[in-house]
Amino acid sequence: MIPAITFKNNGINFKEKAFKKTLTLSAIVAVIILIAIFFTLLINSFPSLKALGTGFFYDKTWDPVADEYGALPFLVGTLLTSFLALIISTPFSIAVSIFLGEYYKKGIVAETFKNVIDLLAGIPSVIYGFWGLFVLVPIVRIIEMKLNVPPYGVGIFTSSIILAIMILPFSVSLSRQVISMVPDHLKEAAYSLGATRFEVITKIIIPYTKSGLFAGLLLALGRALGETMAVTMLIGNTHLIPTGIFSPGNTMASVIANEFSEATGKLYTSALIEMGLFLFVVATVINIIGKQIIKRFTL
Amino acid sequence: MNFRKLILPLLIIAFALVSCGDNHSEKEGSNVSNQNDEAILGAGATFPYPFYSKVFDVYNKEKGIKVNYQSIGSGGGIKQLQNKTVDFGASDAPMGDEELSKSPAPIVHIPTCLGAVIITYNLPGNPVLKFTPDMLANIFLGKIKKWNDPNIASINPGIKLPDLPISIVHRSDGSGTTYIFSDYLSKISADWNTKPGKGKSLNWPAGLGAKGNEGVSGLIKQTPGSIGYVELVYALQNKMPAAQLKNKAGNFVAASLQSSTAAANIDLPADMRVSLTNTDAANGYPICSFTYLLLYKDQKYDSRTEASAKATVDLVNYVIHDGQKYAESLGYAPLPEAAVKKAEEILKSVTYGDKPLQ
Repeated sequence: MIPAITFKNNGINFKEKAFKKTLTLSAIVAVIILIAIFFTLLINSFPSLKALGTGFFYDKTWDPVADEYGALPFLVGTLLTSFLALIISTPFSIAVSIFLGEYYKKGIVAETFKNVIDLLAGIPSVIYGFWGLFVLVPIVRIIEMKLNVPPYGVGIFTSSIILAIMILPFSVSLSRQVISMVPDHLKEAAYSLGATRFEVITKIIIPYTKSGLFAGLLLALGRALGETMAVTMLIGNTHLIPTGIFSPGNTMASVIANEFSEATGKLYTSALIEMGLFLFVVATVINIIGKQIIKRFTL
Repeated sequence: MNFRKLILPLLIIAFALVSCGDNHSEKEGSNVSNQNDEAILGAGATFPYPFYSKVFDVYNKEKGIKVNYQSIGSGGGIKQLQNKTVDFGASDAPMGDEELSKSPAPIVHIPTCLGAVIITYNLPGNPVLKFTPDMLANIFLGKIKKWNDPNIASINPGIKLPDLPISIVHRSDGSGTTYIFSDYLSKISADWNTKPGKGKSLNWPAGLGAKGNEGVSGLIKQTPGSIGYVELVYALQNKMPAAQLKNKAGNFVAASLQSSTAAANIDLPADMRVSLTNTDAANGYPICSFTYLLLYKDQKYDSRTEASAKATVDLVNYVIHDGQKYAESLGYAPLPEAAVKKAEEILKSVTYGDKPLQ
């Protein structure tokens, strides 16, 4: 009997160990891939780092014919579209999260809404691009004519609206969950003191969940920074610094997507890779700042 | 587990991965692998892909030899040929002197058909407009800003031009179409030649960028008063309005397969690396270009057998002769007689060691 038990124990131990090893390995692989991507970008952008120096980050001209590469217009375009998209989508994402996390937690209505919003995340971005081109662009053009700005239709504003729709499900899925996890006793205590539902939401739920809500927005922002296809189709692709939200522009991701496949010459290719590295760094910095803000919220 | 201890090994593994990646990039394009030893492998330009795909399909039915052509873009085709991962490459623009000198061995250019770039626009009623070179350059430089500009009106008498701002639409992706168009503008306009110049991607002085022929034509169809350029094949398939351009001989010529072929009726150089924009041909359309297949002049390299070298040369020979009859129905301009003769001569100079293959 005793040997059999030890054998069984060994089996459990082995399974336990193998399971833990697999988990550790998967976690490590994720980290390694990230670091490897960073170094690949870094090594391949050496020629451009050497030739262009820091000028790459503040020069306004991107001219492949003259071999001049400055990423400033694209940095401005990327930040402008992403933050504008975040500003547009935030009221909607918080409203939808409260609706699904507080008012309709269960039932057919809630399930339908949840699925529809999750489905938004699954639509390929080229479809968003086409929809934007055929539906949104004419509408924006009418607005632009009313406002007396050049009626391009495409531009920073149009891209931001599409981005706002695309990033909505990312912030909603997280925000909805944190809102639905607010302890009942807190809410009940507030109700028992005569608080209205609106007061419970603004005075209990939002303060209690603000770090979670912010994390949701951060997730959405990360998605907006890197989005390529839909933006390329709607932003107008000019290499000039945008002068306003209705002017055309370009983003870092969309320049890479547009020009990489036919880029010839060592410096040109390398400058595009350096742009990828720059985008990587920008995304990381924004993430770190966001994490710090979340920390301050939770304290 | 102590994660500080993990950091060093993590970095080492990451570095190892990076260096693996580097090895791969040296042999870039090994994705077009020899799945089938019988098949002839080619890669390159996307523009002639429908034409090649038809010709190669017929060739397979007639001779039983499979051709695997990947339309990955001209730049990629040249890289793959230089890395010797394909039997032939394909490019819309001829390789430059510097590019050729960097290649491991001499490369020959065989033209297969012609492409043209048309100027299209969106105006009420879409009349057929006439453009002079100066006018075209000044529009794309952003100097002519309105459709009712006297410069445009004086060349197009009798056509009612609207008081609309001109919005320019150009390609945002790196493209051979942009190369041909900017090559033309550089020839006819000194201003254009100094800035922005010619290339597959430009620093455009004005206008909006859209991805691909379909992106450009989509934006033009939506924007009243817009102007842009697309490939002739694409414009024919989509029945888009196209301008008549004044060529070097002073004639206004509409873009068509005949006028493209006519543009190549000039004194062609022996290596065929020639720009066909703004040629002397009297009836030629001024924005045309050959598209090329690229081969090593000496087919004996690496472990290449004489049989596969012969098969490749036979295929190219088929494309410039029997294959030409499929060009027109697909919207490509066939080679003029003189160009076929020149291409034959080049093909005869291709050898396996010392032995000619044709």
